[in-house]
Amino acid sequence: MRGFSWLKTPGLWPLALVIVAALVGPELAPRDPLLTDVAHALSPPSATYWFGSDQLGRDILSRVLSAGRLDLAVAFTAVTLSAALGATIGATAGFLGGPVDQILGRLTDVLMAFPLFIVAMALVAVLGNTIANVVYATAIINLPFYIRIARGDVRSRRHAGYVKAARLGGAGEAEILLTILLPALLPTLVVQMSINLGWAVLNTAGLSFIGLGVRPPTPEWGGLVSEGAQYVLSGQWWVAAWPGLALTLCVFAFSLAGDALRDLVDARSRG
Amino acid sequence: MNASLPRFLVSRVLAAAPILVGAVIVTFVIMRVLPGDPAALLAAGPGSGPAEIAALKHQMGLDQPILEQLARYGREVVVGDLGRSFTTGNPVTTDLGARLPASLELTGAALLLAALIGLPLGIGAALRPGSLLDQTSRALAALGTALPAFVTGLGFIYLFYFRLGWAPEPIGQIDSLLTPPHAYTGLMLIDSLLARDGEAFLSALGRLMLPAATMALFALAPLIRITRGALIETLSADYIRAARALGLERRTIVVHYALSNAATPILAALGMVFSYMLGANVLVEKVFAWPGVSAYAVDALMSADYAPVQGFVLTVAALFTGVNLAVDILQGLVNPQIVNGG
Repeated sequence: MRGFSWLKTPGLWPLALVIVAALVGPELAPRDPLLTDVAHALSPPSATYWFGSDQLGRDILSRVLSAGRLDLAVAFTAVTLSAALGATIGATAGFLGGPVDQILGRLTDVLMAFPLFIVAMALVAVLGNTIANVVYATAIINLPFYIRIARGDVRSRRHAGYVKAARLGGAGEAEILLTILLPALLPTLVVQMSINLGWAVLNTAGLSFIGLGVRPPTPEWGGLVSEGAQYVLSGQWWVAAWPGLALTLCVFAFSLAGDALRDLVDARSRG
Repeated sequence: MNASLPRFLVSRVLAAAPILVGAVIVTFVIMRVLPGDPAALLAAGPGSGPAEIAALKHQMGLDQPILEQLARYGREVVVGDLGRSFTTGNPVTTDLGARLPASLELTGAALLLAALIGLPLGIGAALRPGSLLDQTSRALAALGTALPAFVTGLGFIYLFYFRLGWAPEPIGQIDSLLTPPHAYTGLMLIDSLLARDGEAFLSALGRLMLPAATMALFALAPLIRITRGALIETLSADYIRAARALGLERRTIVVHYALSNAATPILAALGMVFSYMLGANVLVEKVFAWPGVSAYAVDALMSADYAPVQGFVLTVAALFTGVNLAVDILQGLVNPQIVNGG
């Protein structure tokens, strides 16, 4: 993007921080996230354990950092998969038109309004309780958004002057779709991806909170909150609070970034 | 009321039918087509051997062509045969029926709470853009979007149960030492009122507050945002300027002209929020050990008991279609243009 700079876009700073934490955090973690030390179980935050320790004496700071990398990796993989597949399906359908396109349009409308978390829950349940299936389920529930965007965008552009010009110039239909219509979609897709990444993190955390997907002892934010939930009742807040806070900040960072990117794209399309 | 109203109602009901059919097909694909062997999944427990699975496969018609299977599945759903849960031993329909009121009471209370806070905030923010009220409601909306429902719920439990001691123990719908009132409706608040049991009513209300507030916070953001946006848009319309130019009182303009016109998108937002809540229900019921349909489905999931999960997904689909239909019809009632135009 021309004239684009991280430094000039404050809305992207929190997200940059989150990504850096996910990339280098696990390396900087003070302890092994899986190392147990029962003698120091459930210690409150202190100079030794900055975020406190859990019921098995594991260091919560290290676990939260390690979970961040996993959560972001799942979200990025799922959303990229979803955007690539959805944009291709939607753009092709919108370009060709006809009854298939109509049915696809109706289907995405129905799916988008359905409580998607429940679809994801059922999908992971039947496909099997693994991280890979969380990625697939998250990709599937986000598909309708990209299909709808790509379909609408291509439908509105397929009779544009520059498309007709390309056709007159001898470009084939596939070439028009791949070299003109799909690249024009990119800015809109990036904005949507930023919004969906936040949801994907929430979705992954929600699934492991109810015991689906990432399984203990592998640290994941939702799973960590779930492990800490019972200790909230007896006042050991730190077990659930830190992963919960990390999750909230991450989702907030994605939503801020989405707003910032949308402003950038809107400003550009206004010229 | 006008002559085209009956035609409008019929057309809305007919328009909802494909959505319900679509939802049944989605459930069918997820629960019966995706798993390699649904018979093994839905068989009567982990202990069943290959012979039982083969028999069930035949009984379920899994040796038939896929469209035949879909038709059969549709018939089973229509007659309410959703299989049997091996963990409870009951037909899934019975279990769901017993737990649905608890879920509806929670979701209904949360929606009411969200509407009571969100609509006035959204309206106030739209009337005075940039004011302190506008800033507050925006901050609340941003918070509601980023806070995961289960994190809010646990935060509330820590603050109101552990720290302040205002809330009762966050387990279930009513104090376990009290005898629950006779289940006339299944809704704990209504039943305790019908039974004239004040103690049970207060206990049920106390237990409902935290989970309902958790879900309401989650639903506030879209509600505030859409109400504010819709009202600001109507307020800038030409007929509002005309009414203002005619010297009508601001109060009259806002209540009679702007709000009644902004009602359509606000109703749509309420419908959408309800659909969100059905998803959030799963997490909130888990946090507060609420005896609703979602908790039932999650428990079943953990013991690989899939018939209840499938029944739960269908129930949500049906609720979701019903709410959409209700929103459609209400929109027609508040805005005659929709009735006459559609």
